Amino acid sequence: MARIEAEVGKPQGGLVKWIDDRFPMTSTLKYHVTEYYASKNFNMWYVFGVLAFVVLIIQLLTGIFLTMNYKPAAADAFASVEYIMRDVEWGWLIRYMHSTGASFFFIVVYLHMYRAMLYGSYKKPRELIWLIGMLIFLVLMAEAFAGYLLPWGQMSYWGAQVIISLFGAIPWVGDALVEIIRGDYSISDITLNRFFALHVILLPLVLIGLVFVHIVALHEVGSNNPDGIDIKKNKDASGKPVDGVAFHPYHTSKDLVAIIIFLMIFSAVVFFAPDMGGYFLEHANFEPANLTATPEHIAPVWYFTPFYAILRAVPDKLWGFILFVTAVLLPVFLPWLDRSRVRSIRYRGWIYKSALAVFTVTFLMLGWLGTMPADGLYVLMARILSVVYFAFFLLMPYYTAIDKTKPVPDRVVYHG
Amino acid sequence: MTEDDLDRNRRHFLTVATLVTGAAGAGMAAIPFLSSLKPSARAQALGAPVEVPLSSMQPGEMVRVLWRGKLVFVLRRTKEMLANLPKVDPELRDPKSDVVTQQPQYARNATRSIKPQYLVIEGSCTHLGCAPLQDFDVRPAEGWEGGFFCPCHGSKFDLAGRVFKGVPAPTNLKVPPYRFVRDDLILIGQDSGAA
Repeated sequence: MARIEAEVGKPQGGLVKWIDDRFPMTSTLKYHVTEYYASKNFNMWYVFGVLAFVVLIIQLLTGIFLTMNYKPAAADAFASVEYIMRDVEWGWLIRYMHSTGASFFFIVVYLHMYRAMLYGSYKKPRELIWLIGMLIFLVLMAEAFAGYLLPWGQMSYWGAQVIISLFGAIPWVGDALVEIIRGDYSISDITLNRFFALHVILLPLVLIGLVFVHIVALHEVGSNNPDGIDIKKNKDASGKPVDGVAFHPYHTSKDLVAIIIFLMIFSAVVFFAPDMGGYFLEHANFEPANLTATPEHIAPVWYFTPFYAILRAVPDKLWGFILFVTAVLLPVFLPWLDRSRVRSIRYRGWIYKSALAVFTVTFLMLGWLGTMPADGLYVLMARILSVVYFAFFLLMPYYTAIDKTKPVPDRVVYHG
Repeated sequence: MTEDDLDRNRRHFLTVATLVTGAAGAGMAAIPFLSSLKPSARAQALGAPVEVPLSSMQPGEMVRVLWRGKLVFVLRRTKEMLANLPKVDPELRDPKSDVVTQQPQYARNATRSIKPQYLVIEGSCTHLGCAPLQDFDVRPAEGWEGGFFCPCHGSKFDLAGRVFKGVPAPTNLKVPPYRFVRDDLILIGQDSGAA
């Protein structure tokens, strides 16, 4: 102690100073919170990043409490979830928060990604933020998939059967890969045990790490805004962007309103419709896994259904797998597919506006088709819409380049 | 030592050599972890063969058993079922069982079985692993001679587990290794070739 004081001097300015001499606390808070300037014309599309963070916290907290009563073994898993629901005090609430949280995670993340498409947030210099974000999305999909096996219900088992079998479509290494994923010749106790490890340790750690670098990368280049202009170009005498306000207390107090509204909706679902009519918790999953009979109608949870519809639209195993993976990965390339000179939809021409509108409807329709049985008209529709989905991305370099854009203002604009 | 004394080639060699040695060591150290992901000794032991008695099976009856946690169908086919098999040949993707990985050599024949009346196949769709449903009713109007239908993605198979054209499943249902211990008892998971 005395030696350190000899080096840095006697503590002056109390505890904060003492810490700041040893850890960059105040400077970090300033850099990331109190002196992080984001555009003052953020609209409601800009709350979903914060909300995703809120859901992450909900999932981590409820998840930790669930592991205290859940048993990751084929013989006990289903019964232990029933035990949590019936015998553990408030266990039903914690479990419904976790299962509802999974669906809300995807609602919020899809809207967060859609915001980036509206205002060109993935365009230079924010490509890396977008790439990290897509990585978060992929890890989140893996996390949700691993978690879905844990209750060991009918849909857990057969859904996992279908998705793991997908990897068997890879030429040469497919079968060996599937065996490594399952750790057995079929989905078994061993598979459940390792999916538990992935779901509660590996993937959450990766997720938290990626969220951290996502935010660090964002704060390095600064947030985009609904006008898609660079607010750092207009600074006042003290070096602050004139169109920016500090994240805290300005954006935080606005975000607090969004968080409260979000929690109201979230609670309404948890209390009054935790299964959401079979969309958040599929009814076939209220039966324990039966290895001898596949449910008559098998569909993944709603957040995977757009991609699942594309998979099913292809009447070939390998090509189905290839197009499924491509559909998930195509958004990764948005920063380079989009050749428009402007970022925000406000200053884009009618071509991109129409393309995005068609894409929005296509994505929602594919999601609906993924929940429907795979026959007749549904398959035909899924095939047409799959073509539209791919066309939106693959033709983007052409239609964004020829689209007539409007002049972009120097300062942010308030609408309505 | 000044900048001029520096032997850059030597330093570069040492850097590369250290990196290569380190990478080799890390690769070796990864082997136990990756190997631990493979089916364990217990998982392999639980893959022991299962016996299925046939004495009580009526023609047209099917039983479902689990071998290595995989669903296996044993169907006693009727004379009509066997007679109908060649009728669908033109609609099949692989009527002659040319994909050799899908059945042992002794089941590579017109009925895909050792004894024609007994069909032994894995009840796991070769598309994405769902359990196909049995649909043995003959419906001449639809050209359906009886077979299996996968509820997940609509793949269809005939009564020898052969896949139809135009469905997502790429190959015929797999015939597991099996043998007749007696006329009325089969052992699934082991054939005469194995010890």
